[in-house]
Amino acid sequence: MESKPISLMILDIVSILLLAVSTYLALVFAPLEAAMGAVQRVFYFHVATAWVGMLGFIAAGITGIVYLATKDLKWDIIEVAAVEISLVFFLITIVLGSIWARPVWNTWWTWDPRLTTAAIIELYYLAYFMLRQGIEEPGRRANFGAVYALLGAPTIPLTFMAIRLFRTIHPVVVGSESAEAQGGFNMTADMRTAFFFALFAFTVIFIDLLWNRIRLGNLQQKLEQLKLNILE
Amino acid sequence: MSAQREKDQKPSAGFLNSVLAVARKDLAAELRSPELLLAMLVFALLAIFIFNFALDLEPALRSRVTSGVLWTTFAFSGTLGLNRSMAVEKENGCLDGLLLAPVDRAAIYFGKAISNLLFLLLLEVVVIPVYSLLYGINLFNPGLLLVVLLGSVGYIAVGTLLSGMAVQARTRDVLLPILQFPIILPMLIASIKASDGFLTGVGLEDAVPWIILLIIYDVIFLAIALMVFDYVVEE
Amino acid sequence: MISVRKLVKRFGLKMILRGLDFEVQPGEFVALLGPNGAGKTTFLRILASLSRPSMGSVTIAGFSLPKEAAAVRVRLGVVSHQPLLYGNLTAEENLNFYGRMYAVQGLEERITQVLEMVGLSVRRRDLVRTFSRGMQQRLAIGRAVLHDPQVMLFDEPYTGLDQDASNMLDGVLSTVASQGRTVVMTSHDLARTEALATRFDILSRGVIAASASRSQMGKGDLMDFYKASLV
Repeated sequence: MESKPISLMILDIVSILLLAVSTYLALVFAPLEAAMGAVQRVFYFHVATAWVGMLGFIAAGITGIVYLATKDLKWDIIEVAAVEISLVFFLITIVLGSIWARPVWNTWWTWDPRLTTAAIIELYYLAYFMLRQGIEEPGRRANFGAVYALLGAPTIPLTFMAIRLFRTIHPVVVGSESAEAQGGFNMTADMRTAFFFALFAFTVIFIDLLWNRIRLGNLQQKLEQLKLNILE
Repeated sequence: MSAQREKDQKPSAGFLNSVLAVARKDLAAELRSPELLLAMLVFALLAIFIFNFALDLEPALRSRVTSGVLWTTFAFSGTLGLNRSMAVEKENGCLDGLLLAPVDRAAIYFGKAISNLLFLLLLEVVVIPVYSLLYGINLFNPGLLLVVLLGSVGYIAVGTLLSGMAVQARTRDVLLPILQFPIILPMLIASIKASDGFLTGVGLEDAVPWIILLIIYDVIFLAIALMVFDYVVEE
Repeated sequence: MISVRKLVKRFGLKMILRGLDFEVQPGEFVALLGPNGAGKTTFLRILASLSRPSMGSVTIAGFSLPKEAAAVRVRLGVVSHQPLLYGNLTAEENLNFYGRMYAVQGLEERITQVLEMVGLSVRRRDLVRTFSRGMQQRLAIGRAVLHDPQVMLFDEPYTGLDQDASNMLDGVLSTVASQGRTVVMTSHDLARTEALATRFDILSRGVIAASASRSQMGKGDLMDFYKASLV
């Protein structure tokens, strides 16, 4: 069992510190938003987690292509890591969005294009894992995973466009008109600090989690190899 | 070795010929015992009857939900057909038989896609008049037929590729709709809204952006499917 | 005719073939024997161009796999333990379809000729799913020789056949082999293999563990040779 690399441990600690600072900035430092009140503070993490979700989604699509081109299973490990992280962070985004929506729009769920797209990405990821689970042979599993990750790349932007077009033609009466119309607000300088810091902090956290998850994937693979060696 | 290579230059089937051979083989088998078409058709008719009671389709409501009911029916009965069409290739190891033939993998994809598309269009050609008859709504609108064609092409482009993956998984039959629906969602939204545009007579203006979206969808996914089909069948 | 060097095949981390070397001269009939899980089917699937080698080189009839797969496929006939036939098509329609895929010239006459050879002329217009297992397997051989391949691969062709059907299959196999073709066959049935093959190779732990030609062996020696090479 190899020990954790020092640089990764340092990044772990940095991530935790950044998260703490970012929490302070969001909950204490940033001024209270006049119209929405305290619940607006959810916004900083809501956007930051969505940002990480998008990073993971893009990373999965790219590693899928690289895997198909190189057939090196290490790219498959990165792809799965990116999808898992993205899955968790989009879930947090959706939950935080609901918490925000309840007092502001008077509903837990709105069919806002961004929120709906995030939910569809979650379903798409669940399908991704179900596909992988049904395939025993690792090479084929990696192939299928990469192909499905690749299909998501055009699907999700098209879905977003379709939902947005859907809304502009037929606006919903109940709930919100659109995020900009009712939930929008102008950020003060301090709010902007908290916002951009949150984005930065979560990007670092994303890299840290990805690194840890890739390491875990490599260790799993090593374990498999050792098991095989014993069997022979 | 080189002498051996030069003698007997074997002819190879052209791309188009092998595409047609694959599609024709599916149609011939279906003509002989229409298992797949019959299953799709009966399912689609049942779905329409269920919708009738589930949505309580009064005349006022009908015109607004017609395109939604139709496309949901097509999408669900379509997966039945796609599943069956690929299962046939897996049954006696026929997929290996196809892969052993000296033809481009893309030709196999195209052949399967063409027969799948024909089956879906045949289903639609039956379901649409039946729906018109049952509800007294005139669905014979060239605009609507164009939307049906464009939507079906996108549906089959994605579905043929995904059914090739699903059939090789342990959970094959239940897997296909789960894989397919997140991917075809933009195509379904666009088809429903474009059909709506033509059916409610609001006119072309509303339908045009959706038709453009459908065309973009069809082109993108046909291109991707052609590029990655190799990875779905290789070992 | 077939030349394999240092062939390695991995499924994920599992190594099935470990640097296998294999050479077949034109006209040879090689029986590939070995216990379950030795990698016989995997090896045959690689020769058939259905599976990619992880490492090493494979050359068939002067063309290398997987690069020149199309050229190899034209010269290759494969019979597996599955028939590779469509149940809802007739015998004739199945052959017609595969004939088109291989761009066989004079397809009509060739189909008649092949059906004659495998003894299914009277059933040519019957659906394949009504055929017995033995008839399906014979038609599968017909399918495999349709385009007159130089090299044939048989993967456990006797699987699921009764005594009579196996005897009939023997007849068809030896006809096919006697037409100057190169054949590689895997089988569990030592007695039938002994009668057909000109060379016996034992595949064990991912490599060819032993090889002997028929001339080196007396009648009934195959069992002893097989057992000895697996130790």
